[in-house]
Amino acid sequence: MGMYNEKVMEHFTNPRNAGTMENPDAVGSYGSPVCGDMMEISLKIEDNVIVDAKFRTFGCGSAIASSSVATDMIKGKTLEEALALTNQNFVDELGGLPGAKIHCSVLSEQAIKLAIYNYAKEKGLVLEGLKDFDPNEEHDHE
Amino acid sequence: MRQVYLDYSATTPVKNKVLEEMLPYFSENFGNPSSLYQIGFKSKDAITLARSRVAQLIGAEDKEIYFTSSGTEADNWAVIGTAKALKPKGNHIITSKIEHHALLHTCEYLEKEGYQVTYLNVDKKGMVSLEELERAITDRTILISIMFANNEVGTIQPIKEIAKIAKKHGVLFHTDGVQALGNLPIDVKELNVDMMSISAHKIYGPKGVGALYIRKGLTIPNLIHGGGQENKKRAGTENVPGIVGFGKAASLADENLASHIEKVRTLRDYFISQITTRIEDVVVNGDMEHRLPGNANLIFKYIEGEALLLYMDTKGIFASTGSACSSATFSPSHVLSAMGLPLEQVYSSIRFTVGDFTTKEDIDYAVDEIVEMVEKLRAFSPYNKDNVMNSAQSCNCQA
Repeated sequence: MGMYNEKVMEHFTNPRNAGTMENPDAVGSYGSPVCGDMMEISLKIEDNVIVDAKFRTFGCGSAIASSSVATDMIKGKTLEEALALTNQNFVDELGGLPGAKIHCSVLSEQAIKLAIYNYAKEKGLVLEGLKDFDPNEEHDHE
Repeated sequence: MRQVYLDYSATTPVKNKVLEEMLPYFSENFGNPSSLYQIGFKSKDAITLARSRVAQLIGAEDKEIYFTSSGTEADNWAVIGTAKALKPKGNHIITSKIEHHALLHTCEYLEKEGYQVTYLNVDKKGMVSLEELERAITDRTILISIMFANNEVGTIQPIKEIAKIAKKHGVLFHTDGVQALGNLPIDVKELNVDMMSISAHKIYGPKGVGALYIRKGLTIPNLIHGGGQENKKRAGTENVPGIVGFGKAASLADENLASHIEKVRTLRDYFISQITTRIEDVVVNGDMEHRLPGNANLIFKYIEGEALLLYMDTKGIFASTGSACSSATFSPSHVLSAMGLPLEQVYSSIRFTVGDFTTKEDIDYAVDEIVEMVEKLRAFSPYNKDNVMNSAQSCNCQA
């Protein structure tokens, strides 16, 4: 028995949606190498629906696996639906993460929210899911 | 799947010859060494032989070796024992920032008990400064404890010079020799150290047994109280099979020291040269000159060490990191940090340590896999040559 379950390991070794895209409609970066984690997410958005998502992550196994499921889960979702997802949804989708690693999934949630925030700002969209979102807010990764 | 163990600094497998000598002491020769009958004497004799073998490996006299449960216990005993014994003289201890937690956390404990501890800096190679050491000594200083060789980067400290400074100022000197044992020639008399901690499981002996060398003539109070074992200095029925194993491992280490050093150094150098030629932006941490022969500590820029470790594990390659995310406390390696490495490079560092059972084929397999994994992880890293990580970047987590 390793540190992570099979599903986490599968997403870690074969991450979905890894990389960048040409002319993304929205980009969000969260974290910094100083924390040991950094995620950048790129989105293609049509009629307020996420039609494609890509990520680049500097981080541990759970950060990479979370990035993979998170990008998978938001594809085909409306912006509001994507904003409603929390790191717990990603952790659940992965079948759980070790306690000390839960915070690594927060990275994905925040990067997605930031990307959508940037997009909404640029397009002048008012999104219910961004009502309480502060891009400069500090998160303790717990 | 092939398994390639590259973590000999974490622990080593027990050699067959060691195990063979240990086995009878679990069953037919199970006697308590303190008992006054034949099977007790047998155990006692076995301990006597083991003590002599361990002493031989470090140039000590037999009676200067006291068996403990671990290197950690030996560190605790040396530091706490000295601190208590010399309290009337002073309350100041000097150590370094790159010590093993067995030493650092013991010092932190003593700080809570009212002692003062100076944690010496190290340079970017992981070396303490003799000048800084000498400047730190006051008339209240009672102990200097500096590790012989570092467990993460393998840097070997100038132990003989440190001992000289300690003597000059009349201060006791303890060294944690756990990593150095069996990897360097050690002669405690020539080095003139007062105490040295060692452990069996780093030299192909069993876990659960260590020893403290205490120079004859020096007395420190006991840490473990009870029966009269170990010349009344360390209570508790002896771990006879473990001690026997330590003895055999020590005699094998002594016999094979030169060939062991040559072998692991050659493999280590081959590993480093393969990795650094085949992968761009890999940097060696530490000092190539004053370094344990089997240690390679490498920064794989732009990717996180833990991710690479996890990947390696899926291919049966075992190494280690004291890196980011490795615990809930979010604590990056205190050793690499003390060496002045920026945090993002600390997170990208991995320690590989080769040993007696490592083969060139193991290294070739590991290198091929690592080349591929690093490429794969770097392909989706937000960082690269053109977008380097910058530790000046703020952190929006509470790391």
